[in-house]
This record gives sequence, C-alpha cells and structure tokens, in this order.
Amino acid sequence: MKESVLEVKEFDFYIGKNQILNKIDLTFSRKQVTAIMGPSGCGKTSLIRCINRMHELVQDTKVEGQIRFYGKNIFEMDPILLRRKIGMVFQRPNPFPTMSIFENVIAGYRLNGIKLKKADQNRIVEESLKKAALWEEVKDGLHRKGTFLSGGQQQRLCIARALAMNPRVLLLDEPTSALDPKATDHIEELIVELKKTVTIVLVTHNIAQASRISDFTAFLYIGELIEYGSTQKMFTVPEDKRTEEYLTGKFG
Amino acid sequence: MKKSAIGARIIKDRLFTGIIFAFSAALIIPLIMILSHILQKGASSITPAFLTHLPAPVGEAGGGIYNAIIGTLYLVGLASLLSVPIGMATGIYMSENKNSKLSYFVRICVEVLQGTPSIVVGIITYLWVVKPMGHFSVLAGGIALGIMMLPVIIRSTEETLNLIPHSLKEASLALGVPYYRTILKVIVPSAFSGILTGILLGVARVAGETAPLLFTAFGNPFINYNILKPMASLPLMIFTYATSPYEEWHNYAWGASLVLIGFILALSLITKGVTRR
Repeated sequence: MKESVLEVKEFDFYIGKNQILNKIDLTFSRKQVTAIMGPSGCGKTSLIRCINRMHELVQDTKVEGQIRFYGKNIFEMDPILLRRKIGMVFQRPNPFPTMSIFENVIAGYRLNGIKLKKADQNRIVEESLKKAALWEEVKDGLHRKGTFLSGGQQQRLCIARALAMNPRVLLLDEPTSALDPKATDHIEELIVELKKTVTIVLVTHNIAQASRISDFTAFLYIGELIEYGSTQKMFTVPEDKRTEEYLTGKFG
Repeated sequence: MKKSAIGARIIKDRLFTGIIFAFSAALIIPLIMILSHILQKGASSITPAFLTHLPAPVGEAGGGIYNAIIGTLYLVGLASLLSVPIGMATGIYMSENKNSKLSYFVRICVEVLQGTPSIVVGIITYLWVVKPMGHFSVLAGGIALGIMMLPVIIRSTEETLNLIPHSLKEASLALGVPYYRTILKVIVPSAFSGILTGILLGVARVAGETAPLLFTAFGNPFINYNILKPMASLPLMIFTYATSPYEEWHNYAWGASLVLIGFILALSLITKGVTRR
C-alpha cells in the first residue's frame, strides 16, 4: 500500500445519544481514489464530514478516537486551516449565487481575505477550471453568474472552487447523485484524472461507480466498517458475506 | 355522482369565487377614494415654491413645507441608522441560533414590540430621552422611530436568512472560511434583497408616524440640522395644520399629505423593484 495521507483510528461518532459510527479503522492512500459505499444511513456521509470537521456544524455531536492527517490529529488542528487542506464537494452543486464563475473559483481566497495579484487570480482560475475540465465551456463567459450553468457544470465549478485552494485531499460526498448520466460520466472521468494530483475520498451509494473509478473501497454497514481493501479484490472475491450480499443487490 | 350534485358544487364554487372577487374589489374602492381626494385637494398646493420654502405666517401668501420634508428625511435617516445595524444583527443571531433561549425570548419581545401602540413608544422615548435632556430633539424622534422600525427589520432579516439554503454556508465553511466571514460575505449578500425590502418597509411604516413624534421631535417652523434641537416632520405638520382654523393651512396639510403619500408610494415601488430582481 502507498504512503498514507489520512488514518482513521478506532473512530466513534455520536449525534446526541445515537452512535453513528463504531470503531472505524481506515487508511487513505496518497493519490488514490478511495470509495466509501454502503446503504443509506450507514454513516458514510457522517464519516466523510468528520474528516474535515464539517460535523461540527451539527449541534450535539461527539467524536472518540482519532483521525490523523499526515500524522497529526485533526481534532487538535484549527478547523479553518484543516478545511483549506481538505476540500469538499457536496451532493448538490452549491455555487455561490451572488458570484460570477470567476468569483466562485477564487472564492476561497476572497472570502478568506487573502489578497492576490490580478495575474495570480487569473492563473488560479484558469488552472482550476482546466483541472475541473470546465475551462473550455466557460472561458468566454467567466463573468456570468455561476448559477446559470447546468447541474453538471455547476458541480464541476464546485470542484474547481475546491481545487483552487490547492488541497491535499478532496472529499466528494455523492457528487453525482443529483446529476444525469452524461454529467455523471463527465465527473467520473474527471475524478480519475484528478487522482494524479490529489487524494480522493468518494462517498457513493452507487456500487457501479465505486467499481469503475476507485482504487480502494470501504464498505460500511450500520456504522461499522465491514470490509476494506482494493476495489478489484472486493468486487471479485469479497471476504464478508454482507459485502457480497450488498454487491449482488440483496439489500441496500 | 349525480349530475345535480355536481351542478350544486359548480354553483357553490362560482359563488365562492364571486364573493372573494367582490371583497377584493371593495377593498380597492376606499383606497382609490382616499388617493383621489388627496390628489384633488393637494395637487393645487404642489408648486416648486411649496417644496422649497419654509412655512409662511398666517395671512401671508406663499410659504411651503421645506422644513417638514427635510425633517422627515432627517428623522427617517437617523432612525434607519440606529435600527438597521441592531435589527440586522438581531435577525442574524435569531436565524443562526433558532433554538437558543435568547432567540425565544427575543422573538416574544419582537412580537410585543410590533404590537405596541406608537403613542406608547413616543411616551417611553419622552421619558428616556427628552426628559433627561430637558428638551425635544431630532435625536429623540429618531430613537422613537428607530424602535418602531426594529421589529420589521428583525423579522425580515430573520425570515430571509432562514430561506438561504444551508448548503451555501457549508460551501463557504468547507473552503476554510471562518464563520463570521461566511455570515458577512456569503449569507448576508445572498439575502440582500430580502433584508433591503424589510428596511424599506420599515421606513415606509415610520415615515407616516405622528404619535411618537409629538413628544420627541416636537416640530419646528424653521429649518434645523442640529440633532439636539427639535425639528419638523410631514406627519406632524399635517396634524398641526389640519387642526388649525385657517383655510390656507388646511391646503398646506393636503399638499403635505400628498407629498408624504408620494414618498411612501415611491418606497413601495422601489421595494417591489428590488424584490423582483
């Protein structure tokens, strides 16, 4: 296994009195795509949200155990700095409605009050949009509102916005669940391309998607990690009976 | 179902639609009557001199309501300056902390404040500001009107912010943007038109208030820019002139009413324009 970027160790997560995650142990390798799959309510979104501490937006949550980012416990880091290094893309595209495409991409800098020269801004916007495979489609209308784009384009805009901050890890929380098949294809190709530069954690309830684009897969079921390993192995010879049943569509 | 039963339903339906229509139409009638009456009586007084001159003494021709127009703008401006920051901050707090004890308490206070008669607000401001200072002032008037604007602004801020999708806040926070910047630079700008509507509604509401100004801004036949001195305003002037025994002052009052209504109408139209965008 390659160098690890994120390690989840004996990790428990509670919302109120409900235990959502139970003793999760997972390692995410550098520049690989790791898919987290499982039926609804298995805790996969909770897990990915804990990785950049977005779970703290919800009241009355509690974590136990550790998540280590390059060896450092993230719960001892400043969440603001952590989130700049671990970018996130959500289920539904959420570009800022008051901003243009250009402003959306550069939003991470502007909103943080980081001053950039005009030339640097242009460079970052162009690079990020190219990485997100959106440049060709929008380069002539960078100052139009981001909300005029199609759903798939908006989602790629959100990916560009996250990439602009130059994160080490990109968390994708069911990024294609609100998109049509064609836009989904586009995003999947993009994810495969992106892993050259960034470590990707992908939450999906789409088994086929996990098999198509991930290098490693984790299968969560009712808050527990049932199986974790290379995607190829898990989809051909799953170790656990529950994994096999899930993959063959017996439940989920 | 039997044919006659359906027929009865159709008749009921038509009847109901008719009643709603009739009442809506009936509502417009008094409104048009008021407007046309004021227009009839007031339009003749509106001349450039009427808008740019100070009132003339009884018996003298000419004179205008310049001091009252400036006074109303001054008072409303001051009231906005005082109530907009406080109201917006309160609205943001309540929208962000929906279930806190303070929010619950503030929500009740806002409801009570909204239902408080304006004359009571005037008396309270008199006790708080005018009495300790020893004299009437623009400041006291601005505070009284500001208190009356507060509930409108708080409500509209809170309600607009509640409509902003949670996903925007997440998007901003996930970029490593601190909470306060997320609120100020993402959430509030997204809610801008709604908040502005609330502010304009608040302004429109207090621009015509007379009662709270009786004990606070008091009135002034001259122009005054000193915040610590009394100042005229359109509603006060209308009140004074309309209750006077002089015919020409009655005409002044009609003219001033028309100006005031025009001002509020303009604000409503601006509000409509802003919300449509």
